[in-house]
Amino acid sequence: MKIQKQRFAALASLVLVAGLALTACGDDDDDGGGGGGGDSSAITFLPKNLGNPYFDASTTGGERAAEEFGGSIEEVGPDQATPDSQVSFINTAAQQGVGALVVSANDPTAICDALNEARDAGVKVITFDSDTDPECRDLFVNQADAEGIAKTQVEMIAEQIGGSGEIAILSAAANATNQNAWIELMEAELEANYPDIELVDTVYGDDDDQKSFDQTAALLSEHPNLKGIVSPTTVGIAAAARYLSDSEYKGKVALTGLGTPNQMREYIENGTVTEFALWNPEDLGYLAAFTANALAEGDIEGEEGDTFEAGDLGEYTVGADGVVLLGDPFVFNADNIDDFDF
Amino acid sequence: MSTPAIERAVDERTYAAYSRPLLWRLVMTREFAMIVVLGLVFVYANGNVPNFDGPLTLYYLFLDTAPIMLIALPMTMVIITGEIDLSVASIMGLTSVTLGILHQDFGLSIPVAAVLTLLVGVLCGGFNGFLVAYVGLPSLAVTIGTLALFRGLAVGLLGTEAITDFPQRWTDLAKERLVPESSYPVILIPIGVLIVVFALLLHFSRFGRGVYEIGLNDQAARFSGVNVEATKFWLFVMSGAVSAFAGVYYTMRYGSARGDNAEFYELQVIAAVLLGGVSIFGGRGALHGVIAGVLLIGVISSALRLDNVSSNVTNIVIGVLLILSVISTSFLSWASGLRSRRARRAEAKASIRMKSGRTGAGNGSLDQ
Repeated sequence: MKIQKQRFAALASLVLVAGLALTACGDDDDDGGGGGGGDSSAITFLPKNLGNPYFDASTTGGERAAEEFGGSIEEVGPDQATPDSQVSFINTAAQQGVGALVVSANDPTAICDALNEARDAGVKVITFDSDTDPECRDLFVNQADAEGIAKTQVEMIAEQIGGSGEIAILSAAANATNQNAWIELMEAELEANYPDIELVDTVYGDDDDQKSFDQTAALLSEHPNLKGIVSPTTVGIAAAARYLSDSEYKGKVALTGLGTPNQMREYIENGTVTEFALWNPEDLGYLAAFTANALAEGDIEGEEGDTFEAGDLGEYTVGADGVVLLGDPFVFNADNIDDFDF
Repeated sequence: MSTPAIERAVDERTYAAYSRPLLWRLVMTREFAMIVVLGLVFVYANGNVPNFDGPLTLYYLFLDTAPIMLIALPMTMVIITGEIDLSVASIMGLTSVTLGILHQDFGLSIPVAAVLTLLVGVLCGGFNGFLVAYVGLPSLAVTIGTLALFRGLAVGLLGTEAITDFPQRWTDLAKERLVPESSYPVILIPIGVLIVVFALLLHFSRFGRGVYEIGLNDQAARFSGVNVEATKFWLFVMSGAVSAFAGVYYTMRYGSARGDNAEFYELQVIAAVLLGGVSIFGGRGALHGVIAGVLLIGVISSALRLDNVSSNVTNIVIGVLLILSVISTSFLSWASGLRSRRARRAEAKASIRMKSGRTGAGNGSLDQ
């Protein structure tokens, strides 16, 4: 019993010491409060995760922009693309008092409160690539809008088949929101401007590689006069290209749509595909950095209609809901595909 | 002739209760060393890392380390018994999803859903505990299994979507400060209560003695009257319950219930516990060391992040620190072993000298 009392006393004294230490820290805080070396020209890039070629490209674009407007870019990020790991980096940006935080959200809601805390601390928050709920950020730099995607794809296929003939669409799932919106706009565009092109079929590969591959085979056997396929999904276009490149239709049936350079490089090189589209992540990072700088320097407030210069991309205007649109999709072909690695 | 000597030995102890004075025993320990290192790192960071002395640092430090601190408490006891619980982060994920589904699909209020969620945690822990304590399977294998099982259930229940429509009142509470503008969030209250409870349980109760004895030698513990099975079972239940509480806190803090919430947290918890001086072989460790270990990892990651050091480097630093701390334990025990061996040798020499002296005297008396 005596021993127990002695130990208890020892522990109690330790707790007291710890308490004192904590209190001391608290005092430190009050003194240091607000003295943070906030630097309005410092911009932090926070991608979904590090070591991702897509975001390496966007950060390269951001750094190029920073060189042009004379700011500094710091890239930070988690190893895994999880929302909670992003939160601690957002908190850190708030503590550092950086001018602006450029973030691609791993979750539209989970990082919301952290972003708003950062904004309370005076940090401008710009999302790019993947948006959060609009009330959690100042501006969203959007890589592409539905009209632009639909128009670019129709232009590409029309040019490749010479403006007339039968085409088909290989989509993702039958209820995929994005793809259905694009297909609707593509149909309208075809009807309005390309009377000689007939859309004969729309099939669904469910973003499954094998199913997309089989659907491509079925399309070609059912429609012997088919001149072109549009696949507005990265899985679909890669599977269709794989089928075409090993078939008699290689070079005879045109294929285009939305794809990534690394998946499509092989098929561009062997002539199965001449062009496809997506956005350019480097331009996206470049524009995001200019947007961040314009906000942090107070050149714009982020209201709808505000305009600012974004280096060699030209002038941009803030649209509804605080969205800045990068522009029409970027077209990849044999001439430029080797400049990209994502 | 020898009887009186034995009687004397029974009456009075010829050795001290402890080989070293109280202050020495408190200061010259792994735990105290960890507290000193924590203090040094904190002071260094305060003076040298830009913005570390800002008002937000401690606040975020406490919010970030809260789930790890919570789970480290039962984990300390589990590891002291020589067992391990790797499923804690998966229990957090599963309970996070459970909370989301109970709230969204069954329309339960957050307090009711949270209580049911804690029950889920207790069940998960009970499942681990039953397999380890009563079926007698190794905890490493069991909890690697349940790590995958509980995570699989969590992801299976919710898929890749997230439930985010939690009432603002509760998500705010998770981030609320004790006093407006202070650096101390309210989550410190349950943490403080649990620290006191677990400290009393581990260091000042019969149950706690049993925990150490099981870790040192579970056969001996059994013979000395410790209910080994029940002790282990309840430790896993506690671990499950506290993990569930951490899961609820996590869900409210990020306002998002997802199957992949808190992935890989188990490694952070175990790293902090081992850094705090708990032996992975069981039988040794103390709660104040573990608390210092958790805070040390938190302070280091916070300081390195503020210095814009990438998270890979942070992981390297913490990994090296962990290895150094394990090496230092072996080194310290070797050094103290050396000391006590030397002391024993010196004592033995002295007693031989004394005995021979006494024998001489005896001879003398015989001569007389």
